[in-house]
Amino acid sequence: MRRLIKHGNIIDDTWQPLDPDCSVPEHGQICSLEQWQDLADKEGSAVQLEPGQEPTPLFDALEKIDLLVINFPVFTDGRGFSYARDAREHGYQGELRASGHFIRDQLTYLQRCGFDAFQMADDSDLNAALTSLRDFTEHYQAAIDQPLPLFRRRS
Amino acid sequence: MYVYDQHDQKIIDERVAQFRDQTTRFLAGEITDGEFLPLRLQNGLYLQRLAPMLRIAVPYGLMNSSQLRKLADISRTYDKGYVHISTRQNVQLNWPLLEEVPDILAELSTVQMHAIQTSGNCIRNTTTDQFAGVASDELEDPRPYCEIIRQWSTLHPEFAFLPRKFKIAVCGSTQDRAAIHYHDIGIELVADDDGEIGLKILVGGGLGRTPAIGSVICEWLDKKHLLTYLEAVLRVYNQHGRRDNKYKARIKILVRAMGIDAFREAVEQQWTALKDGPSTLTEEEIIRARSFFRDPSYLALDSTLAMFDLEQDCTRDPIFANWITRNTQDHRLPGYRIVTLSLKATGFAPGDITAEQLELLAELSDLYSFGEIRSTHQQNMVLGDVQVSALYALWQRLQVAGLATPNIGYLTDIICCPGGDYCSLANAKSLPIAEAIQTRFDDLDYVYDLGPLELNISGCMNACGHHHVGQIGILGVDKKGQEFYQICLGGNQAKDASIGKILGPSFKQKDVPEVIDRILSTYVTLREEDESFLDTYRRVGIHPFKERAYAQAY
Repeated sequence: MRRLIKHGNIIDDTWQPLDPDCSVPEHGQICSLEQWQDLADKEGSAVQLEPGQEPTPLFDALEKIDLLVINFPVFTDGRGFSYARDAREHGYQGELRASGHFIRDQLTYLQRCGFDAFQMADDSDLNAALTSLRDFTEHYQAAIDQPLPLFRRRS
Repeated sequence: MYVYDQHDQKIIDERVAQFRDQTTRFLAGEITDGEFLPLRLQNGLYLQRLAPMLRIAVPYGLMNSSQLRKLADISRTYDKGYVHISTRQNVQLNWPLLEEVPDILAELSTVQMHAIQTSGNCIRNTTTDQFAGVASDELEDPRPYCEIIRQWSTLHPEFAFLPRKFKIAVCGSTQDRAAIHYHDIGIELVADDDGEIGLKILVGGGLGRTPAIGSVICEWLDKKHLLTYLEAVLRVYNQHGRRDNKYKARIKILVRAMGIDAFREAVEQQWTALKDGPSTLTEEEIIRARSFFRDPSYLALDSTLAMFDLEQDCTRDPIFANWITRNTQDHRLPGYRIVTLSLKATGFAPGDITAEQLELLAELSDLYSFGEIRSTHQQNMVLGDVQVSALYALWQRLQVAGLATPNIGYLTDIICCPGGDYCSLANAKSLPIAEAIQTRFDDLDYVYDLGPLELNISGCMNACGHHHVGQIGILGVDKKGQEFYQICLGGNQAKDASIGKILGPSFKQKDVPEVIDRILSTYVTLREEDESFLDTYRRVGIHPFKERAYAQAY
């Protein structure tokens, strides 16, 4: 079972990974966007977005989604940062998971954009990665983790 | 100028600690070269041809004397005793050791400086008019807005991995000295019909491989919406900018592909969700930002008396008089002048300044200019608030230090990137070209007779030397392993912006000064009365210049 960081703890993944060839994913399995769009019952569903797939098609059913995975095939493609923020700003409350080839030095930024779970391609040292989540304790700009910019909080 | 409180300091200190850890892990082999690349670039660190280069941020080109002393100190301890002023008003160290960069950053943080986002595919240092706050043609001081943008963009979590770099400039005066038309976003402070000052926003300008002049995306925006609007533009760009080809990844390509109207529509759609949200600027925040740029304790001076003394000094010393004419400008207050210190003496790389010169400048700024110094995108330094009565004493000190070359705005005040001597991106050397031109045109009377003229040199298509916007631009190109130079004419970075047009086939290095000579003599022959080079070029077109430049083989 794959491990990941969620809410600052290392846990086992309880979701079944995405299978792009499967026509009807089971309950508890992560769907591609196409599979998810074909689901008759979206309650408790899990969906994975790739770069180039904006979260807009999910907006009408965000409250039914339990897990939104945003995949990073390469860590330098930053589209997923905006997708995450967009989904949270449209009211998504479920687990928002980054998966793929992002690196631990991006964790604070990912967390700020609304991710609360991190499934790293290299999960050999998740404890070390946890320390990177605490790189910054103060921020200038508003984001999901701190909706007020510093200028509204300065004292 | 802006002064950090405990919050600002904490952010900078945490960044230093983060980069120290990243460097340690890289040196221990725990981070690959590919992973370390964007991490170090976002801290201004390039691995160059001969040694690393560290680019230190100078937000909107403003520094105080203790920062200058610290830079001098750092350049001696960690480098070779000199630094370089870049065309984004930043300061570059050419020879630091990678292992020591975290220590350099820690030293910088003690004087409220850093190297955050001076490179990489993120929002870069915001630039502005080097005469902000003292210019006589200013509508409103742009620096408070630059500082607001600096804070918003610093370590912005959403926009650290953009398709490509992103540059913002702000201008608050009639004459545009910040080149806002050539930025990814250009902002101009403008008054509406009722006289209320707001923001005009341009998008999609830029230099590089495909130079483009920015398009107006918003004619007038209430200042309070500054950050939410920027956020909307950046979000559209981050999601839709091309990532398949780095030469087509800048926002200018996206704006061109979508068309400005469709792009505006996409931005407006994003903006509806962000507008009036928590990032909307409060009146208190604008007042707070402005409070750091209030007038220093100016004296009410008798300008008639001061001017009388100045004229006497000028009559007595024609060399001083010439420097006053060439290197100083009107200040918005009587009895003060703006002084530009030329870093363009022949024989020295344009924009280079030694540790001793930095320390002298720190001392002179304390004595004569409220302890503040500005760097310019033309790679010079400015003392913005010098009393007319102190000019002679200041000039004498500058003369001795080699900082009084009277060529500001003239042919030999060349903008030039470090080029192939330092930079691993360069196709060709640029510094020897600058020196050869300065040496050839050493007759100041001829240089003055040519009038104001910008000659800009870049060593490659990345255009750090802004060659497209020089009235004469020189670009180094590689032809089968040999260095050649392409020349373009008619570029202009002011409000009537234009991009230079290529003269024709490129030239060998040794022929460049002769070609420049021919171009200039063509201008002298064709100009009408006091017509500038640019006006003559615009009137007669490129052909007479071309004909003369290629008249015979070299």
